[in-house]
Formats: sequence, structure tokens, C-alpha cells
Amino acid sequence: MLYAAVAAGSFRRYATYRTATVAGVFTNTVFGFILAYTYIALWDERPRLGGYDQAQAVTYVWTGQALLAAVALMVGGVDELQERIRSGDIAVDLYRPADLQLWWLSADLGRAALQLIGRGVVPMAAGALFFPLALPSSTLTWGCFLLSTALAVVVSFALRYLVALACFWLLDGAGLALVSGLACMFFSGMVLPLRVFPGGFGELAQLLPWAAMLQVPADVLLGARTGGSLLRGLAFQAVWGVALLALGRVVQSAATRKVVVHGG
Amino acid sequence: MWVRSTLAYRTSFVMMTVGNFAASALDFVAIMLMFSQIDALGGFSLPEVAFLYGTSSVSLGLADLLFGSMDRLGRRVRDGTLDTLLLRPAPVFAQVAADRFALRRLGRITQGLLVLGWSVSRLDVDWTAGRMLMVPLMTVCGAAIFAAVFTAGAAFQFWAQDAAEVQNSFTYGGNTMLQYPPTVFAQDLVRGVTFLIPLAFVNWLPALRLLGRPDPLGLPGWVDFVGPAVAALMCAGAGLAWRYGLRAYRSTGS
Repeated sequence: MLYAAVAAGSFRRYATYRTATVAGVFTNTVFGFILAYTYIALWDERPRLGGYDQAQAVTYVWTGQALLAAVALMVGGVDELQERIRSGDIAVDLYRPADLQLWWLSADLGRAALQLIGRGVVPMAAGALFFPLALPSSTLTWGCFLLSTALAVVVSFALRYLVALACFWLLDGAGLALVSGLACMFFSGMVLPLRVFPGGFGELAQLLPWAAMLQVPADVLLGARTGGSLLRGLAFQAVWGVALLALGRVVQSAATRKVVVHGG
Repeated sequence: MWVRSTLAYRTSFVMMTVGNFAASALDFVAIMLMFSQIDALGGFSLPEVAFLYGTSSVSLGLADLLFGSMDRLGRRVRDGTLDTLLLRPAPVFAQVAADRFALRRLGRITQGLLVLGWSVSRLDVDWTAGRMLMVPLMTVCGAAIFAAVFTAGAAFQFWAQDAAEVQNSFTYGGNTMLQYPPTVFAQDLVRGVTFLIPLAFVNWLPALRLLGRPDPLGLPGWVDFVGPAVAALMCAGAGLAWRYGLRAYRSTGS
């Protein structure tokens, strides 16, 4: 129950940044508009590109904007843990009677839940108001989408956790965080749906862990994944989530053995 | 000082500069991926879109290099560290602009220049001396327009504090929009960035003239050349907003 409390605390903490949330909603909506128009122009030239019709393509844009903050698809997002490692505050966290990785995972889930509500709902509603969207009518699809989004947050967290842990060796991890953030933006499908990537490159991109962060949840929402394909998508996310969390544990134990706490 | 401090972590500095280069290059990769599926977007060919992309990127890159740190002002107002800057015997504006001055931002300018150079070599334009001169002139005016937006956004944060993202949607968002032809967007949106926040003068209007394209709003031809006047007006307005904001500033008192 400790971890539920951590998640709830993190939810409340991010709920206090009200101006920042409103500003974020504004930004997501502006970018949503710009991207939606470019996608419409693209799908005007090539209808059914990547297997999407135009309404699905536009829905994809707004799904990306709605998930951007929750799944942390932008550059950055590991700052806090990274800063604690750099400054040595991590020693306090290690001293706590709680598991480090689970602690941060719970906090991240709380953050993501708030940001999905705070920064996800309004841009999606704005999109639905101005563009014909292909949103599902069945509650089951919406439920699957939420489950898929939760798995996306876990995969995203597991990756960011690994990047932050690298700080134990690198000291200044800002460069690595930037590179990893860029890989995330590109291979999650934030820049362009992975289904539009040409040939074998596109197929490879859909097997990488980043595909679990936007492409899969978006396809679930668009109805591009149903039945067996839906289950395969969720399993794909779960497998990457578990594998990356396990890798995180290995690196964590190596890192904590390295920590030297200066007294004083 | 900030230059030296960032150069201290050499590996990280190189990674950040390369990352900055790659971050802005991602947008162009997206455009190239689009053009791997199509021949024209909104009626514009790849070199033409690349020209829009290059001019907008270089303009934003210059403004970002000099004024990109202004969005930290909100944080300084919130935690009260702005008071430190007020006490120093140097203009606050210069200090805020130089706050964490990031040399790594050269990455975006370099990338924009490369794309611009490539597009100029591929464009079907009769390059007279006047037209050649127009390209650097429009990037400088564009940089001034973006700089005014950065400054006005920072002035806004004397009140809003936490709203750095609003500023980003006009600078980085505006940049993304200007990378695509105006024909792609709805008329109302184009009107908005022409008359409300005149970002269209950064590159759309002068570039359409260079490329010999009609402008989608059907404005009189001389409008394409008023970029410098618009830039000067915007800078003056942003300067006033900044002064007004600084006067209205009340410290947190904590």
C-alpha cells in the first residue's frame, strides 16, 4: 500500500502545477492543429497511407498530443532522478525501507495519471471539435486503450530509469538523456506513424520498445488493432515492460554497490 | 561563464550539440519520409519545402541562441532568484538573455543552414543579386521577429510564472508551421499568423515571392517586403512589454 500512497502523492503533487498544465494543454493543442493539417495534406496526396484513412490519421495526431506528457514522449523526463543521483541525494532514497525502482515507478504512474487527465483530455476534445476523428464508440475499446496506455507508461518509465541510472557512471547524464529522448520521439511514432516508415526499416521500428509507447496505444484507439492483433499488441508492450524493468534491476544492483556516501 | 561551464563536461557538450543538431534534423527527416511517399505537399516540391524549412530554422536558431534562455524567467520569478539579477549592476534583460547561454544551440543553426544550402542549389529560381540578398535579409528579419516573441513571452511570465510552454507554442510551434507551405493550412490559421502574430513575415511571404507563388490570402504585392518594418515594430512592442513587466514585478518575499 506504500506504493499506492507514493503514486497518489505524486498525482497530487503534479496537480498543483495548474498554470503549467494549462500552458501545456495550450501547446499540445497548437501542435495538434499544425500536425493535423500537414497530415491532411499528406493523406490528400496518398489516401490510405499506412493503412489509415484520413480521419484515422488525424486521430493519430491528437492521440500523440494527448499522450505526449503522460507517456513522456518528449526529450527530458528523467531530470529529477538524474539530478538526485548527480547531487548525491539518492543516498537518502536508498536508505528508505522501500524498493528504489518500485518507488519511482509508483511516482511515475501517479504523474502519468494526472497528466493523462490534465494534458490529455482537453487537446483530444479540441481535436474532436475541429476535425472529424475516428474515435471508438465501444467502452471495451476505450478500456483496452487505457490498459495499453498504462503499459506504455511502464515501458517509458523502464527506459528512462535505465538512462537515469547511467548517471552513476557518467556523472553528467544530460547528453545521454537528450539522445535517448530523440530516439524516443522518432521511434515511438511521434514524428510520423511507424506504419508510414518505408519497407524493412518500418518493420524493424515496430519491433523496438519505443513502438510500445505510442504506436500500439494509438492503433488500439483507432481500431487498427482488433482481436488477435490487439492481444499481440498488448503482449508486445508487456514483454518489453517486464524485460526492461528486469534489466533496470540488474543495473540498479550494480549501481548501488558502487555508491559511496560521504559522511559529514 | 556559461560557455566555460558547459565546456567543462566535454563529452556531454559534444553529445548535447550533436543532439541539438539531431533534434532539429528530426523534423526534416519527417519531411523526407513524407516525400518518400509523395511528390508534392500542398503543391510544393521537396526543394521548395526545404527552402521554407531552412529559412525558418535558421531564423529561429539565431533567436534561440541569443534569447532562448528567456523562458527560464518564469522559474526565476517563482523561486525568487530574479532578485539576485536585479541587484547586479548590469541590465536585467541582458542577464536573463545570457542566463545559461547555450552554445550547443549552434546545432540547430548549422542544420538549418545545411538544408537551406541544399534547397537553394536545387530550386528553380533565377538568382539575381537582389534575390540572393533577400535570403540573408529575410533570415535576419525572421530572427528579430522570433526574438520579439521570446521577449514578449518572457514579459508575460512576470505574471504567469509557470507558463514557459505558451511561449514555446509560438516559437517552436510557429517554426514547425512555417516549415510547411501555407497552402497546407486553413485560411483562418494563415490569417492568424499574418495579422495577429505576424510570423508569416519570417519566411512565408518573402519566400512565396522568391518562389514565384501567389500568396494564399491575396494580399497586395508590396506586403512581401514589409518584413523589416514588421520586425522593428514587434521588437519595439516586445521591449515595451518587457519594461512594463519588469516594473510590475513583485518579489516572492520568501
